[in-house]
Amino acid sequence: MNYTVLANDMVAEQIYMMKIQGDSSSVTAPGQFINIKIDGFYLRRPMSIALWDNASLTIFYRVVGEGTKQLSQYVTGQQLDLLTGLGNGYDITVASGQRVVLIGGGMGVAPLIGLAKTLSEMGIVFDTVVGFNRQQEVYGLKQIKPYTNRLMVATVDGSLGMKGMVTQAVEVVNYDYYFSCGSENMLRAVHTLPLKGQLSFESRMGCGFGACMGCSCRTLTGYARICVEGPIMRSDDISFNEVH
Amino acid sequence: MTDIAQEGITMNCSKQTSYNSILTTTIAGVELKNPVIPASGCFGFGYEMSRFYDLNLLGAIAIKGTTSQPRYGNELPRIAECPSGMLNAIGLQNPGVKAVIREELPKLRDCYTGPVIANISGFSVDEYVEVASYFNQTDVAILEVNISCPNAKDGGMVFGTTAEAAAEVTRAVKEVAEKPVFVKLTPNVTDIVSIAKSCENEGADGLTLINTLLGMRIDPRSGKPIVSIGAAGLSGPAIKPVAVRIVYQVATAVNIPIIGVGGICCCDDVIEMISAGATAVQIGSANLINPYVAKEIIELLPAKLVEYGIDSINECIGRSFR
Ligand SMILES: Cc1cc2nc3c(=O)[nH]c(=O)nc-3n(C[C@H](O)[C@H](O)[C@H](O)COP(=O)(O)OP(=O)(O)OC[C@H]3O[C@@H](n4cnc5c(N)ncnc54)[C@H](O)[C@@H]3O)c2cc1C
Ligand SMILES: Cc1cc2nc3c(=O)[nH]c(=O)nc-3n(C[C@H](O)[C@H](O)[C@H](O)COP(=O)(O)O)c2cc1C
Ligand code: FES
Repeated sequence: MNYTVLANDMVAEQIYMMKIQGDSSSVTAPGQFINIKIDGFYLRRPMSIALWDNASLTIFYRVVGEGTKQLSQYVTGQQLDLLTGLGNGYDITVASGQRVVLIGGGMGVAPLIGLAKTLSEMGIVFDTVVGFNRQQEVYGLKQIKPYTNRLMVATVDGSLGMKGMVTQAVEVVNYDYYFSCGSENMLRAVHTLPLKGQLSFESRMGCGFGACMGCSCRTLTGYARICVEGPIMRSDDISFNEVH
Repeated sequence: MTDIAQEGITMNCSKQTSYNSILTTTIAGVELKNPVIPASGCFGFGYEMSRFYDLNLLGAIAIKGTTSQPRYGNELPRIAECPSGMLNAIGLQNPGVKAVIREELPKLRDCYTGPVIANISGFSVDEYVEVASYFNQTDVAILEVNISCPNAKDGGMVFGTTAEAAAEVTRAVKEVAEKPVFVKLTPNVTDIVSIAKSCENEGADGLTLINTLLGMRIDPRSGKPIVSIGAAGLSGPAIKPVAVRIVYQVATAVNIPIIGVGGICCCDDVIEMISAGATAVQIGSANLINPYVAKEIIELLPAKLVEYGIDSINECIGRSFR
């Protein structure tokens, strides 16, 4: 389907915010993703939906390879072919009545922006803890701030906020439930916290909509496609020894 | 006024029928309303794709390779990108033939009434026979025996790399099959024609050509293969010339229908493959990139045939060597 780039700006070192105009009606929950066809590349590139409204979608992406480098060259007005509303998204119905914390690391902060907005619209009060490698890579704070109660930042090198890993910054006694997204190492650490929650996973994808089985993983309840039954998994359903 | 309107309607109708019939093709007695079939492994069990369009537009649907027992398949990563294509090493993930028949086929039937091609995979001759026997009891139209999967250890492809082994599987499946049997061959051989002929000799009703080409990609940073099991199957536009060559070579050597598959992503590719000698085509990887591709091709194909002065799909078959 055809979309138009509204803005594509660098917001931190090698990190871009892209706003895209077009039909967002298939987006049903925060944590879902889009799959982007980038000129000159065969496979689509999956990216979390950070924010969406009736007629636009916003993503945050880091330039890590040739595809994202090419994406960073797109200019306002340029056409983009997207599949949207992919994946399950966070199940926020479980959040009410719980003391909730959002835990995000690196590019995993992106889907937490839309999640924060949705939770706050539901009247749920929550804290947010985000981690980055260093200050130059920090983004998204401005977008999360209006929705969250407390916002805590950790950087690995201590250049902003607390020094250390994001999981070290989570005061577990204050919470019952988490929503998380980040690198596999971060998710592994989050999963060891004495809390229940939901985690967002990545995988190389052939299609992004359930047709190829390229993204399957093992869960405690059976096999799951990260692109359909995921990318969000419940902490109870996964074991890191099993998943990878 | 009324007469002219009447005439208009009649003209529309006859144009409609001719448009439909120019796409009709018949493979081993099974009539397809058009030659476009999503390929095995690139369309799930079909119903997953019904969110994109009405599947009843399709000529047929080939479902995911099915084995006797449930299989998880290979560890991740299973996918790597290539210029003009992709590598996959899914490793025949499927819930096993009993669950496919009990759970997956009914879900497909809820949204699709046309011909289904069951893709049968296995690790022994007995397994192919067992899976084929189970599908006898279903309404699938064609059994496609996949002796060409490069992605499962000791599986599939070993049966497709010698004329003797291909003959053995074909003979054994034909003995039990109550449906037309197509044998799907691997391009990873030196003499595909001898293998194709041995399948024909054992009574294969048709051939599906080709499965993926064995390839590998290595991450330059880590120096390790990207896909977990190392080598994996190459598909997409990169392999189309190989597929066209193989369909041509085999079509000029056998008398059974061929389903051409490999790199097809537009009307011209379909016409090229059918001109090479295929009676129908399958579209694989292109569905993964553009889930609407088969629908778009079916809609554009009649006009393309007209543009090239081809009266029908039937007339197009093998026109490169006729
Ligand atoms: C559900 C999901 C959501 C994501 N959300 C975001 C996001 O919001 N922001 C962001 O910056 N990144 C996100 N990613 C990761 C992003 O898809 C990759 O960084 C991107 O595909 C890299 O493309 P490339 O061509 O630059 O890299 P290359 O390494 O050149 O890509 C080569 C191939 O590997 C695949 N690939 C490489 N890294 C990844 C990865 N981490 N995950 C999946 N496929 C990968 C590419 O898609 C491509 O097919 C997400 C991934 C998934 C699965
Ligand atoms: C992700 C993926 C899974 C596949 N799974 C199967 C399978 O289960 N059985 C089979 O016979 N072929 C399988 N194939 C091969 C395709 O059906 C097809 O023969 C091949 O990809 C070439 O066509 P293409 O270039 O149009 O993709 C698979 C291909 C891909 C890309
Ligand atoms: S990426 Fe194809 S099934 Fe998930």
